[in-house]
Amino acid sequence: MSEYFSRMNRREFLKTTGALVAASSLPVSMVELAFADDRQNFRFAYISDAHIQHISGKDFVRNWDRGLIRAVAETNLLDPEPDFVLFGGDLAQLGTKAELDHGAEIMSALRQKVHYVMGEHDYYLDLGEYWSKLFGPQYYSFDHKGVHFVVLNSILTYDEWTHERWPTAEQRMLEMAGLDNPNGSPFMVGEKQREWLKTDLEKVSKDVPVVIVSHSPIQKIYKGWNFWTDDAEEVQAMLKPFEKATVLYGHVHQIQYNQIDNITFHSVMATAWPWPYPQSYAQVESYLPKLTVPMNRADPFFERDATGWQLLDLASGKPAVHYNLYNNTNRTVAYNPKTGQPEDSAYQDESRRIAPQIHF
Amino acid sequence: MWRKTTVIGAVVLILGTGIAGIVVRADEFKDEDLKRWEGEYMSVVTYGRELWVSPKLGTNGVACAQCHPNAANTHPETYPKFQQQLGKVVALRDMINWCIMNPLEGEPLDLDGADMIAIEAYVHHERRGVELAPGKH
Repeated sequence: MSEYFSRMNRREFLKTTGALVAASSLPVSMVELAFADDRQNFRFAYISDAHIQHISGKDFVRNWDRGLIRAVAETNLLDPEPDFVLFGGDLAQLGTKAELDHGAEIMSALRQKVHYVMGEHDYYLDLGEYWSKLFGPQYYSFDHKGVHFVVLNSILTYDEWTHERWPTAEQRMLEMAGLDNPNGSPFMVGEKQREWLKTDLEKVSKDVPVVIVSHSPIQKIYKGWNFWTDDAEEVQAMLKPFEKATVLYGHVHQIQYNQIDNITFHSVMATAWPWPYPQSYAQVESYLPKLTVPMNRADPFFERDATGWQLLDLASGKPAVHYNLYNNTNRTVAYNPKTGQPEDSAYQDESRRIAPQIHF
Repeated sequence: MWRKTTVIGAVVLILGTGIAGIVVRADEFKDEDLKRWEGEYMSVVTYGRELWVSPKLGTNGVACAQCHPNAANTHPETYPKFQQQLGKVVALRDMINWCIMNPLEGEPLDLDGADMIAIEAYVHHERRGVELAPGKH
C-alpha cells in the first residue's frame, strides 16, 4: 500500500462521504425498505464491475475509481448495516497486480465481510492466480441465516482458447477484455466445477433458498458480448429441485431480470460504466428477457449516470433488489409471489413505462 | 523555332493519343469498379474499428468500445440533432470529439481529418440498415 494511495483514498473518501452526509437522501431511502421484524430477514449490499484501470505509474482512470469509491462510501453509510457485501467480479480491467491491489485497497474501506466473485477481467492475465492470493478460492459456498449461497467462477472457457491459442498472457487478457471482440470465447462454468456444484447442492435440503452468484448470466441473452454462459442449462437443471432458487450476476452493466421455471434471475449494475442493451446493436438478434424493464438510457454528461450499486433483502428467501442509481430515480425489482416472477415496483406495467427506457 | 513547334506538336500528339486510350465516361462503371470502391470504403471502416478499440485515441487508455461495443448506443442515424446538454444542434462528429475529450481525456480530432472520417465510417457501418431519424432523441 503506497502512501500516495492511502492519502488519496482517505481524501476522496472523506469528500464523498461528506457530500453524502450533507445530501443524505440515498441511504435514508434504503433504510425505509429495510425494516422487517422476521429475524431470518437480512440484507446485503452488492457492488460489481469496477474495472479499475491502470494508466501508468500511480495513475488509474479517475472515472472508474470514482464509481467504486462512491459505492464503498455509500455502503458504509447504510444503517442498519448490511450483513455482508458481495463483489460481483471485474474489479480490474486488465487483471494486473496494480489494478487488483488498487481495487482491493478501495474495497478495504468496507466495514463488512466481502465475498468476491471472479470476472473475466480479473482472470485472463494469470488465470486468477493473484486474485486468489488476495481474495481466496475462485468458487465456494456459504450459508447465511438459512440461505445457501454458491459463488461460481462462470467466466472459464475452452482449454484450447485459454492455454494454446495466444502467444502471451497479455494478449489473452486483451482478447477477452474486448466485449465485442470476435476473437473472444464463450463463458462457461465447466465440467469440473459443475461436478463440485452437484456435490455441494446434494447436502442442501430442497426447501432451503439457494442463491447462485456468478459473474456472467447463467442464462443466454446475447453470445456476441458474452451476456451468456455456454453451459447455463446444465447449471439451471441442478437448481430445478429447489423450491426457491435465484441467480445473481454482474458483467452486463445494466438492469436485467428474468424467471425461468423456478429460477429467478437478477443482474446488478456496474460502478464503472453502463453497457447498451444488446437490442441496440442493429446487426444481430439477441434475447433480452421480456420481463426486463430496461434502465434509463445513460446521459454521458453525468459520468455516474446509469452506474450504481444495489442493496438486496431476502425477506421471503427470494431477493428484492434495490438499485441505487446515482443520477436517476432508484428502482426496486422484487419477486412477486402472486405472479411467480420478479417485477419492477414502479414500471412493470406496460402503461407505466417512460420514454428514457426505450433503447434503440 | 521549328524545334519548338515540333516539340509542342509531339506533346499534343502524345496527350491526344493518351486521352483517346483512356476515355472515361462519367456515368459508366463496372462490377470491378464497385468492388474497388467497396474495398476502399471497407479499408476506412476497418481503420475506424482499429481506432474504436484503440487505447491511444485518448490519454487514459480508455477506448470507445469500452462503453460502445459494436458502436452500439451511438445513434448515428439521429444526427444532426438538438443535443440538449449542449443546448444546440450538433453533428455526430461533435459527439465523437466530446467523448474523446471527456471519458477518454484526449485532444479533439480534426473535424475533417482521416481519423474522424474513419470513426464515422465505422459507426455508420455498424448501424447500416437503420432508418434515418435526424433530430430523434
